[in-house]
Amino acid sequence: MHTKQRPLSPHLQVYRPQITSAMSICHRISGVALAVGALLLTYWLVAAAAGPEAYAGAQSLLGGFFGKLILFAFTLALFYHLCNGIRHLVWDTGHGFDMPNVYRSGYAVMIAAGVLTVLVWLLALIFGGA
Amino acid sequence: MRYRTPTKNALGLGSAKDGVHHWWMQRMTAIALVPLVLWFSFSLISYAGADYHTVTAWIGSPLVAVLLIALIASVFYHAQLGLQVVLEDYVHLEWLRIASIVAVKFVTVLLALAGILAVLRIALGA
Repeated sequence: MHTKQRPLSPHLQVYRPQITSAMSICHRISGVALAVGALLLTYWLVAAAAGPEAYAGAQSLLGGFFGKLILFAFTLALFYHLCNGIRHLVWDTGHGFDMPNVYRSGYAVMIAAGVLTVLVWLLALIFGGA
Repeated sequence: MRYRTPTKNALGLGSAKDGVHHWWMQRMTAIALVPLVLWFSFSLISYAGADYHTVTAWIGSPLVAVLLIALIASVFYHAQLGLQVVLEDYVHLEWLRIASIVAVKFVTVLLALAGILAVLRIALGA
């Protein structure tokens, strides 16, 4: 039987954006971005294993303006995904599904992700000379 | 006549053939990653600007090396599981969906192996 090619779930465009759906899709987007960004973890470790010259190259690449910009975005995505992931783990236990709590935990995730990101970069600027 | 043996119900694997394995391992790696990611992020604060020997001495110290290997394994396992779900949802051409899932598996395994070997090289002083 020939079936027409039609849009399959999830099709986001038919729903008005809400904080719940926006945070859900942001979890996915940050997850994909972090998967790509995990390349940097391997790159950093391989450069450190390869020797001082390779490590200096990685340092100047990651420590430069664009390197820092990417690392900052990476940190924000990381802490968002981590905090919202904990929210998902709580949901997995069957708790926090009522709407007031869904909104409360949603705002808590956004605040916690922002605070952790700023905290790490502030400490890095003070103690790490980043 | 029943063709299915009681083993089928006991295993409870369903049509996906691996039951809740994917879902369960996504949660297991997520739980492991919470402390590992927090430890790594806050450790990097003091080592981000440090010189080569300080950084490699840190990577190579026994506890750090073990935690880094655990981090790498969990990160790429979790990334593979997550990317697979995204590809299953959005790539509707069957051959492309299967090919991209296989490609993601191969790439994540290679990246994890490269990272783990790098840590071992530093830790074992090769």
